[in-house]
Amino acid sequence: MTISEVKDFLEAKILCGEEHIGKDVHTACGSDMMSDVLAFVKDQSVLITGLNNPQVIRTAEMMDIICICFVRGKVPDEAIIEMAEDRGLVLMATDMRMFEACGILYEKGLRGGAKH
Amino acid sequence: MSTSVKFNYTVDGEDFTRAGEASSNVKGKLKQMGVSPDVVRKVAIAMYEGEINMVVHAKGGNITVEVTPTEIIMTLKDVGPGIPDVEKAMQAGYSTANENIRSLGFGAGMGLPNMKKYSDELTIDTELGVGTTVVMKVHIS
Repeated sequence: MTISEVKDFLEAKILCGEEHIGKDVHTACGSDMMSDVLAFVKDQSVLITGLNNPQVIRTAEMMDIICICFVRGKVPDEAIIEMAEDRGLVLMATDMRMFEACGILYEKGLRGGAKH
Repeated sequence: MSTSVKFNYTVDGEDFTRAGEASSNVKGKLKQMGVSPDVVRKVAIAMYEGEINMVVHAKGGNITVEVTPTEIIMTLKDVGPGIPDVEKAMQAGYSTANENIRSLGFGAGMGLPNMKKYSDELTIDTELGVGTTVVMKVHIS
C-alpha cells in the first residue's frame, strides 16, 4: 500500500512530506504509548497515533517509520511539523478515531507485522 | 573502522521536548560511519529509551558512546533517585511513571524491557539516592 492510498483510505490531510507519498508502507502500528511502538520493529511502517508531541517524531526516527497519521483531528504544532520535514517523514491528520483508522487499514490489507 | 571512537553527551533533565537529541545524533553518526542499519536501529532504540528514562526519572545525566571495531558500548550515568527494585523494573508493563509522564506517551513499563531487547548485553548498577549507571553493548557482527 502506498502512503497516498493510506491518505485516501483515512480521508486524511497531508501536513508535510507530500513528495514522499508515493512510497510503500508494509506494516502499521497504532498506539499512544511510544514505548509500545518502540517494542515493535518493522521497516517502512505507518504509525497511527493520537499523541502529538516531539517524541512521536523522535520515536518514528529511531524506528525508521516513514509516515505518521494523527487521529481524532489532532494536528501538531509548526515546530513538530518542521522536525518531521527535516527527517523526511510524511505527516497526515484524520478526524477518524484510532479504532476506525486501524480497522480500515487492516481491512485494506495492511498488517501489524513484527513478532520480534 | 580499525580504531575506537567515543562520543559524549550531556542530557538536559528539564526539557522533555529535547529528550532524544543525543540518540538522534548518535544514529546519524553511526549511519555516516557505515554501520549496518540493523545495528544502528538497535543502538538508537536502546539509547533513546535510556535517554528518556534519564529525563523523566533522574533529571538528566551523561551518556558516553564508544564505537569499537566489534561493538558499540553505551554508558548512561545519572545521579537520580536510583531504582528500588531492578527485577520488577525489568518486567514488561511495570512502571513507576506518574500521570504526567504517561500523558507524554511514556510510562508503559517498556523502557527497561526494550533496552534489554535491543542490546546484546545490559548491566544496571544502581544505588538509592546516589544514582544509576546503565551499560548497554550492541555487537557489530
